[in-house]
Amino acid sequence: MKVAVTVMLKNGVLDPQGEAVRSALLGLGFFDVKGVRQGKVIELDLADGTDLNEVDEMCKQLLVNSVIESYTVESI
Amino acid sequence: MRAAVIVFPGSNCDRDLVVALRDTGADVSIIWHKETEIPTNFDLIAIPGGFSFGDYLRCGAIAAKSPICEAVLKHANNGGYVLGICNGFQILIEMGLIPGALMRNSGLKFLCKTPELKVETHDSAFTANYLKFEKIKIPVAHHDGNYFLSEKQLGVLRDEDRVAFSYLNDLNGSVDGIAGVLSSNRRILGMMPHPERAMNLVTGSSDGQAFFRALVELTGAA
Repeated sequence: MKVAVTVMLKNGVLDPQGEAVRSALLGLGFFDVKGVRQGKVIELDLADGTDLNEVDEMCKQLLVNSVIESYTVESI
Repeated sequence: MRAAVIVFPGSNCDRDLVVALRDTGADVSIIWHKETEIPTNFDLIAIPGGFSFGDYLRCGAIAAKSPICEAVLKHANNGGYVLGICNGFQILIEMGLIPGALMRNSGLKFLCKTPELKVETHDSAFTANYLKFEKIKIPVAHHDGNYFLSEKQLGVLRDEDRVAFSYLNDLNGSVDGIAGVLSSNRRILGMMPHPERAMNLVTGSSDGQAFFRALVELTGAA
C-alpha cells in the first residue's frame, strides 16, 4: 500500500517561497492568482495492512514540524 | 573545561569550532554522530554549523534523530551546557531543546555577511563577557535562519530574558530580529551567527573571543 503525506505550512505562517511563486506568476500575466502556498508531498510505500496510526506517529516524530506545518495523509 | 564537538555527515564548521574552543583553552573531543554515549565529564556539547544530511526534509530534522542525540538530550536534562550554532541551532530546535522554528529567510536568499548583533542579555554562561545591549559583529551564513515563534511563546522568552542576541537591523525576517535563544535553565544556547568565525581581526572580527572565553572560564581551562 502507498500513502501520500502532504505537508503544508500552517495558515498564518508566512510562506516566502509561495509568495515568490505568486509574484512570478503575476509577472507571466496570470493576474487571477490571489495567493500561492508551497508545500511538499512525501510518498510512503508501506507493507499491506500497515496501521495508519503508525503514519501519524511518523509524521509527529520526523516528517512534520508541528510548530509551523500541518499535514494530511491519503491512500494512493 | 571539557567540550565535545559533534560531527554529522555534512557538518562543515566543526573544525573552526574545535579550533576556537582549543585556542580559548578547552580540552576538545570530536564525536561522530553514530556514537551513542558521551562521557559524563564533559561540560559542554557543541553542535556545529553545516548542512547535516544535506538539509533533506527540513534543516536539522534528520540529524536530530541521530543516535548521538539521545546522549545530548541526557546531557541537557542533567543540566549540562549545550551550544548549537547555525545548523546546530536548527538541530537543537528539531530536538525540542529550544522552542520555535527556523524557516527560509524572508528574502529567500542565502545570506553570507557580518551583521551587527545586539547582546540582549548578559545573564548566561555564553554572554557573560558582553555588556547588555553591547553591539558586536559576528558573521552569518545561512538560508534558513528566519526564526518563528508564536506571540505567546515570544512573551515567555521576553519575560524570562531568554533572547541572547538579536540582529541590529532586520536580516532574515526573524521575529523581533532574534538571532540566538537560551533554554529556560539558560544552559542551552541556539544561535544562527558563527562566533567561531569571529576569532581574529584578520578575518574581520574578534568579537567571538569573549563568547568562548566566557564559556571556558566557567569551569577553568583544561
